[in-house]
Amino acid sequence: MTWVSWRQFRTQATTATIGLAALAVLITITGVHLAHVYNATVRPCRTSVGGCGTATMQFLQTYKFLQVALPFLLLVTPALIGIFWGAPLVARELEAGTHRLAWSQSVTRSNWLLVKLAVVGLGSAAVTGLAVLLVAWWTSPIARLSGNRFMPNDFGENGFVPVAYAVFAFALGVVCGLLIRRTLPAMAATLVGFIGVRIATTFWVRPHLMTPLHKTVAILAANGWGFGPDPSGHGIRFFAQAPDIANAWVYSASVVDQAGHSITSQFIQQACPAIAAPVTSNLPGQHVARSASPSAFRDCVARIASVYHLNTVYQPAGRFWIFQTLESAVFLGFALALCGVAVWWVRKAS
Amino acid sequence: MSSVIRAAGLGKRYRRRWALTDCSLDIPAGHVTALVGPNGAGKTTLLQLAVGLLGPSAGSIEVLGERPAIDRAQLGRVGFVAQETPTYSGLSVADHLEFGARLNPSWDRAFAEDRIARLELDPKQKAGRLSGGQRAQLALTLAIAKRPELLILDEPVASLDPLARREFLKGLMEVVAEHGVSVVLSSHLVSDLERVCDHLVVLVDSRVQLDGEIEPLLASHRRLTGPRRDARRFPANQQVIESSHTDRQSALLVRTDEPILDPAWTVEPVSLEDMVLGYMGRGEHTNAGGPRAVEVA
Repeated sequence: MTWVSWRQFRTQATTATIGLAALAVLITITGVHLAHVYNATVRPCRTSVGGCGTATMQFLQTYKFLQVALPFLLLVTPALIGIFWGAPLVARELEAGTHRLAWSQSVTRSNWLLVKLAVVGLGSAAVTGLAVLLVAWWTSPIARLSGNRFMPNDFGENGFVPVAYAVFAFALGVVCGLLIRRTLPAMAATLVGFIGVRIATTFWVRPHLMTPLHKTVAILAANGWGFGPDPSGHGIRFFAQAPDIANAWVYSASVVDQAGHSITSQFIQQACPAIAAPVTSNLPGQHVARSASPSAFRDCVARIASVYHLNTVYQPAGRFWIFQTLESAVFLGFALALCGVAVWWVRKAS
Repeated sequence: MSSVIRAAGLGKRYRRRWALTDCSLDIPAGHVTALVGPNGAGKTTLLQLAVGLLGPSAGSIEVLGERPAIDRAQLGRVGFVAQETPTYSGLSVADHLEFGARLNPSWDRAFAEDRIARLELDPKQKAGRLSGGQRAQLALTLAIAKRPELLILDEPVASLDPLARREFLKGLMEVVAEHGVSVVLSSHLVSDLERVCDHLVVLVDSRVQLDGEIEPLLASHRRLTGPRRDARRFPANQQVIESSHTDRQSALLVRTDEPILDPAWTVEPVSLEDMVLGYMGRGEHTNAGGPRAVEVA
């Protein structure tokens, strides 16, 4: 059965190999140049007095298109695998009637499907993994500049989650093909389903994978503060800018007291009568408050700081690989469940 | 004698439509059995139940004494050529033989290669570029080379031209003669089967109407023509299968094991086609008001 699965997958595998080879050539040629530009511009400036602003700008102009396109390629590879390898895997057999040929050989249907899932599933993982490695090597000089890898896109284009996404997309495609029995609609359903699950996971699952850390700093240690109109339209609000936490994923930064209660506009009105008069300006941020003397402003902030502090909820940069592992486990779990559904479905003679 | 297919109260329902109802039959081993019926009678459903592509909604079916497709061994004992003889259009003839060899422990490589050579098929040819007749022959080769005890063919010649039809059935008969395999094949055309089959099952409107060996069946059926007469006024040992009347004449198909003594009748033997068509017509009359079964591939 392994030979049969491989023989049926051979054309797609060849296409993928050619694609990867072309990618490797492109990445080698441009990547060497990119590394060269990095060494010529950004690296020397790090030790110079003037800082790296200009050099970084100059460096980031190199292969601007590829800087966007290559990570994007990693973002879409799992979807393409689900659409072109997953959805047709069984749907095309059902459409052409060849499942009747396959299912009347001396191989049980579940065995037939399991081997197909294993061969093409491993192929999906291998192709995605290689693409991730190639692109990661290419983007490594750029990654050294930014470094926060928790942004939704960066997270999904780095590490090993793309491999888990690809395996999941493949399994989703197979199940869509089995249930819908038509290749084209199954491909469309796979695309919609994959995008849906990816978005839902990014925004509703990923933040809850680990309990975030809290960092408490005094108001006066914040990066800056100011007053503005409360979003409710009544009274005034106090803002404080969270302190820098290197490459962290910051959920929120809020001004709270010892008991954890947020600051109220009543407190601000009592503490800062000079500032908290009805607000006429709609500008957000630090310059909104009614003009008060600098000393009144300082006094006001000091009074707030005596009761409140700034609480930052965040995931530290060091948790990047833990998040990668947990999210990969989530997607591989989905994939496993989908494979179970697929095997159960072909086993029951409907 | 042991049976190759034994069904009891077998039924298959698709959502709310019954494609096969209360089907009980017992097809003995060592025969070439024709499963005949109009399109949509449930032939494909019955055969797919027999190879385990479908599961029964009611009743039970046993093939070679076991539940269909229960394990690898059972699958290996039954060869199946599905309707429209599906093959992988992107794979070559040689790939198909390799496919059969890899998936069937009992594969007879020498036989398969020899048969492909005798059919003058190019092993490098893609199956998608074969003619309908060649594709059917390839599918038949795959089904035979796994050395089954029972070969099931679903309308194998329906889409073939008369010459390819004859070649296919000839090839099938050679295999039966050589390997003594039992065969069940379906068709909606009786003429295809006349020369190759010795056992008959007539399926009309998802029910078995007639079941038995062809020669005794033919011997017990008569066509009678004579002056018009009500079909109800017949001796109890004569079963009227089909009747048609003009103003003056009645023409009947009767089943009886006794000689026809009434001198008013002209008595003629029936051909296989006449007999089968008589039962097909009966099915339409008896079930005219009922829900029509649909052919489900």
